Order: sequence, then C-alpha cells, then structure tokens
Amino acid sequence: MTLKNPDYDFKWCPGCGDFGVRRGLEGAFEKYIIENEQPIENSVVVAGIGCSGNMVHMLEKQQPFGIHGIHGRSLPMAMGIKMGNPDLNVVVVAGDGDFLGIGAEHIAPQAMRNLNITAIVMDNGVYGLTKGQSSPTTDLGVITSSTPYGKMEEKTHPLRSYMTMGVSFIASGISSKIKDMSDMMLQAMNHPGFSIVHIQSPCTEYNNTYEALKGNKSKGIEPIAYTIAEEHNPEDSQAAQDLINAEGIPIGIIYKDSSRITFDQKLFQTTGAKSMKNTEDFMDMYSI
Amino acid sequence: MKKQDIVVRFAGEGGQGVVTSAEGLAQAMAQSGYHVQTFSTFPSQIRGGPTWTQTRIATTKIHGSGDYLDVLVAFNEYAYLHHKDEVTPGGVIVYNSGEFSIDDDDHVLGMNFDDLAKQTGNNRAANFVVMGALANLVGIPVNVLEEFNKHRYTRGRDSDQQIIDSNNMALSLGYKEAIGRGLTIGELKNPDQKIANQILVNGNLAICLGATAVGLDTFIGYPISPATPILLWMEQNLVGPGKFVYQSTSEIESIVSIIGAGYSGNKAMTSTAGPGFSLMGEGLGLAWMAEIPIVVVDVQRGGPSTGLPTKTEQSDLLTALYPGHGDVKMPVVAPGTVEECFYAAAMAINWAERYQGPVVLLSEMAMAERRQNIPRPSVNNLPVEKREIYHGDKEAYHRYEGSTSSPMPIPGGPGSYVANGSEHDTLGDTTHLPERHVEMTERRFNKLNLLNDGTYEFENGEAEILIVPWGGSKGPAYEAYELLSKEGCDVGWAYTMYLHPMPEKMLNELKKKKLIIVPELNYMGQYSSVLRSESIKAVSITQYTGLPFKVEHLVEKIKSFL
Repeated sequence: MTLKNPDYDFKWCPGCGDFGVRRGLEGAFEKYIIENEQPIENSVVVAGIGCSGNMVHMLEKQQPFGIHGIHGRSLPMAMGIKMGNPDLNVVVVAGDGDFLGIGAEHIAPQAMRNLNITAIVMDNGVYGLTKGQSSPTTDLGVITSSTPYGKMEEKTHPLRSYMTMGVSFIASGISSKIKDMSDMMLQAMNHPGFSIVHIQSPCTEYNNTYEALKGNKSKGIEPIAYTIAEEHNPEDSQAAQDLINAEGIPIGIIYKDSSRITFDQKLFQTTGAKSMKNTEDFMDMYSI
Repeated sequence: MKKQDIVVRFAGEGGQGVVTSAEGLAQAMAQSGYHVQTFSTFPSQIRGGPTWTQTRIATTKIHGSGDYLDVLVAFNEYAYLHHKDEVTPGGVIVYNSGEFSIDDDDHVLGMNFDDLAKQTGNNRAANFVVMGALANLVGIPVNVLEEFNKHRYTRGRDSDQQIIDSNNMALSLGYKEAIGRGLTIGELKNPDQKIANQILVNGNLAICLGATAVGLDTFIGYPISPATPILLWMEQNLVGPGKFVYQSTSEIESIVSIIGAGYSGNKAMTSTAGPGFSLMGEGLGLAWMAEIPIVVVDVQRGGPSTGLPTKTEQSDLLTALYPGHGDVKMPVVAPGTVEECFYAAAMAINWAERYQGPVVLLSEMAMAERRQNIPRPSVNNLPVEKREIYHGDKEAYHRYEGSTSSPMPIPGGPGSYVANGSEHDTLGDTTHLPERHVEMTERRFNKLNLLNDGTYEFENGEAEILIVPWGGSKGPAYEAYELLSKEGCDVGWAYTMYLHPMPEKMLNELKKKKLIIVPELNYMGQYSSVLRSESIKAVSITQYTGLPFKVEHLVEKIKSFL
C-alpha cells in the first residue's frame, strides 16, 4: 500500500504480533535490496488468507510486488512465480492455519524440490480473522469457540515437521524481537533453497500468549521462549534435532543446509539446458 | 461401383494389438492419400479388458468416425458377440480361429492369427497378418502396407530389416488366407484429392502443437485420463531456457502454480479432466478476480465424480462456464474437430493474454484419442498475442483502473501492486466499499467484450430450424445435416467453437429462429439451457452412453422436430 489508502478497510487489533513482524519484514527488505543491489520490484510477497495475509497490504515502506490469493495455497503460488522468473525474491507470508492447516500438503513437496523461496509463518495458535477457532498449533484441551469442550487433538509441532520434511533453512522468531527477526528473514532470503522463518506472533484478542512466551517474573512465570546459545551450529543436523526436541521454544536459526541444489538451478541444468524445437520441427514429427 | 468409404473395427483385449492395428491401418491409408479417422474406446485398466478401435477410410473429407462396420476384426469371442450386430449387410467378420470358432457362413474369415504370425518367425506380426487379409478384402494394394511397414520399423536398429521382412511375410500370409476364402467387400476407389501437406495427430497432440505455436512458457499438470498425454508431451518437449514444465502433486497445486507463473509474466497452461477441473474451481475464480492470464484444458470424460474415466461425454460445459462461486463466467473454447484443437489452443492462449484472465478449453475423450490426417496448420498466419505490459514510471500505478483491461505490471518491472482475490480498489488493496464492488464486477464482465472475434459456420441460414451442435458432436451432426439436406429437408447449420463469449452476430441470428436443435452428449441438455438463457428457442438431443452419436440416430431424432 503506497498511500494512506482510504478505501482499504482492514486493521490488525492493537497489540497484534503481526505489527512487529511487519517491522521485521520491512527491515529485511531494506537490507536485502541494498545487499543484493536489486530494486524492490524484484521482490514479491505472496499472501495467504487470514490476519497474517494482510501483511501484503500493510507494508508501509518501499513497495514490493504482491499477490493475495486463496486460503492455504501460498506455496504453489510461490512456486509458479519463482519458476516463472527465477530472478525474483519470493516471500510467502502466512499464518498457522493457512500454512499448517489447510495448506499443510504443500510444505513437503516444496521441501523436496528445495524451492528457493522464503516463508514467514506468523503463528498465533488460533484462527483470528474468523474469531477464535482452534488451529493446528492450539494446545490439546484448550477451549476455543470451535472446541467448547476442549481441543481433542494434539497440537502439531511446526519446527519438527519442517525438519522431517527436509526444509533446508529453519529459523524461529518472536514478534517482539524485531531486530533478531529481521536478521533471520534477511538470511532466509539469501539462503539458496526453501527457508522458513516461524514466528510466535500472539493474538491479543483470542490467544494472548505474550506472558507465557516471555514469562513474568512478578507472577513467577518462567518464559517458554529462549534464545539459542551462540555455540549452536545450524549446519549440524543432530544439534538442530536436539534443539527442537527439547522443552520450550528456541529462538534463532535452528538449521541450515546450503549444500543442496535449488529447484531453479536443477531446472537450469536439466530441461533448461536443452533446446526446444520450433513449431515447424514439431509438425515434421507428425508429417506423413 | 467402387467403395468410397470403409469402416474397419478391431476388437479384442487390451494388449492384443487392437489399437496398433487400427492406427497402423490409418497411417498407411493416410500416407497413400485417403482421409482417415480413428475412434477408440477402452477400459480403465492397463492390460486386458474389452477394447476396440475403429478406422474409417474415405476418398473424400469425413466428419465422423462411421456408424456401421464393413469389416469387424474380432480377436476373441467376446469381441465377436458384442460387435457382430454392427456389421453392415455385406460386411465381413475376420476372426482369430486360434481363440474361438464361428459356424461358417458367407461372411466370415477365420484365421489363426497367432499361428500365422509364428510362421514368420515374429510372434508379434499378428497385426500384419490381419492387415494383409484386409488388403485383399477391401482392395488395398499390398505395397501401400509394405511402404508403411518400412517407414514405421526403420528405426536405426540392427533388428530393423528382420522385423520388416517378417511383417511383409505376415502381410502376404494374411492376403493369401483371404484369397483362399474368396470374400470381398468391394474395391476401394482411389482417393479423390490427396491432402497436399498433412499431419497425422490426435486431439491431445493438436492442442500441444497449438499451444506451443503461440509461445507457451509454463505447463504444470497432474496425471488424469484422458488428459495425461498432454502432460507427457509437454514434459518431453516444453524445454529450453525460460520454459518450465512440471508434474504437480494435485490439481490444486497445478492451477495455483500456473496462476503464479501467469502473474510473473508467462503464458501458462494446465490440462485435466472432470475430477481435476472440479478442484480447480477456486483457482479459476482467483484468476478471474485478480486478472491473471491462464489456460485450463478440460478433456471431458464421463462424469460425475470418477464417472467413466475412459469414455466420452460433453457434460462439463456448465462447470466450465461457472467453475467457482460468485459472479464469474469463463471464456470457453470447445473445438469440434482434431484440426480445430490446434487453433482452439492457440486462440485460448491469445484470449487469456488479451483480456488478462482465465480461459477454459473444453476437449473430450473421443477427440483426444481420435487420430486423423489434417492439413498441416499454417504457422505463419497464426496470430500470436501478448498481454499489454505496464512500462511506465508513475509514483503509484493504479493497476485496476478503468472499465476494461489495462496494462499489467510484471514483477521485476515497474508498477508494483497487489494482485488480489479479495475485492479491491484500483491499487489492488482489499476493500468492501459497495461502489468499488460494483465498479470492479462491471470491469471484469466488460473485459469479455474484448473477445468478440470468434468465427462461426453458417449454412442454409434462411431455414427456420437450425442444427447447432458443440464440441466433438460436430462431426456426426454435420453428416446428419448433409443427409437431411440431400433428402430435401429445410434445415440449416450453425456452429462455433467459441461457446463463450459467442460471436455476437451468430447469437443474434439464433435468436431469430423458430427452433435450434442441439445434439450433445449429456443428460441435462446443458448447451441448450445456456442458449435458452439467451432467449433462444433451443432443445437438445441428448445421449449419455459414454459413446459418440451415430449419424443415423441423429437423422431420425432431428426429423422428429421438423
């Protein structure tokens, strides 16, 4: 949104974690275009549906291209855009419902292809825009508008899922730590392959987890989120496994494998290296 | 009098060489100047199951695949029992006496296909034994078949000559068997006018050729009968710098990723059949709403649900027009012949580029698998269109401004905006303002006016009653029209492959008529209901057997309306 647009009538609630994510993303884009000497128009934001998807309209600084598509399908959209023009920097913005619920089937295939894009997942553990239903990351037993007797299924563990599926760059953030988040997003954009920055972005309206994440000394609440120790080596996959299997939510870069070929490089080496017949040559194949 | 038109049906089990025999005969005859057309139907399994393919050979241009059989080649008893009643009086049944026997009468020729093949030293030469017998029965010069054999099996391998020799021996063995039996159905006349410059393709192939001829960049598809051959052809051939072809994990991934490719500046297409098309409904709505050029090919098969995966039907018209929720109406191009498949694919891509939105190309199983010799399309005269791209340098470009299509910014170039599937303002930002929804809805429908350049056929247009088929029913319907005209019935003909938007002049003509008769392969009479919604007095002749119309049946039905 380049102007203060009077037609645009969507707002995030006061205190929403997505405000922080926006500042992080704006900062990452600013650095990305300088570092890579690219115009902002070389970046594309692919949005899912939900509060998080509105990120594509809410960015206030330099304007990348954007597409606001259909619920759960941001990854296939990103694949079409990236493979249609591998020079673009493609960034998905999605929520936990969009990415891990309706869209879950699309994560593993992109991980296998190592599609060279970045996904920023804003996890608030609830469906916010439809007013508070349970999501894949809502805890077991929690009462929401759609689970009046308590949620009956275990919550999914996103970081473990990404690791198992073969995502080649996995980072974990929290919306209140803007600079850290911004640095991780920038590294993710520069990573050759499929990168996910999974961010705890609390919903103040339906699932306010700020206190649980950050703790509250006066109430004696210990934080469940913690910064990953400096000596952690993200290229050590066992160390990454250990981190995500431990208690609490690690914040920082968990895993990174830069050795794998990306999908667009593979295309370039295989079919891209062949030459296509012209129409007359095709017709000759069937000439009798 | 020499024969001008012969229909040969090969029937047996999948894997017995039924399709190869029919296609081999078609190719041989096309090479020597005849007009040919095949029609296949088979079960939805890999090997076995009742399969049949027929080849129609004629001295002049043909439209349908033929009602009745001059020759039935029965590879087994089941095939004989199920097809013998369609053999015309005076026709001949050639059967495999190694499999079963028929009480001898005047019109059967029993040969042990497999034993004869073994005599040549090549167990797989049974096809050529059959073709040899056919050469005698219908008076095809054996050298035509020998030429075909040489052409087909010269593949640069050491075994080539051995195979060619054994096949030639099989031809002569089959020929002699037929001589010994003394049967004939009459000699085939020489072709009137050979197609000067021809290609032999089926509908799926013609779509591939048409799409690549206008510069298709991206193809993403998921395997599904009967559209899979399009995906496979693209995987093999849509290669080189800037091209992307891929097998997706679902039709949802196919549709959404081609929208992504269309958005980033590419000519993008997918192909599917009914079940996959249903999954694409939401994506088609997005492409319409966000104004992104894409083409979806729906090769129709019997529905609903899994339906009849390998049988033909024309029952996806309504879903093609209205695939998703909300106020949408897709442009739909539905070719009626193999030749039209080429031009329909090219035009579908041109239309998508021109109006910046989705276009549906409706083909159908019978046409997808029909092999036919057609005039080689002239590529030089083929229009190739490209969307209007925004190259400006405005501070904030209003991508969705105006009452019709406007220049489209491409990522990497100037004019960043949000392509939006939510209702939006001119910048692409989401809005719920009533006036914006009115403005944008009207803009989207108004863009369809850019597509009013479809062509149409009109014959005996003075008549009060017209036959107006759509899609692959064109062939049998046209032959029915010709027969009725010869009989002196006052009936006219109108046809277009541009079902929506329909050429305006044609629409106006139809509105003036007393009755429009629509032969179509579905239960509901889908196209006539569309025409009635345009205030046209239309009725359908429906059929929902999974098979195409017989001309004889159409003639009878049409007469009941005259």
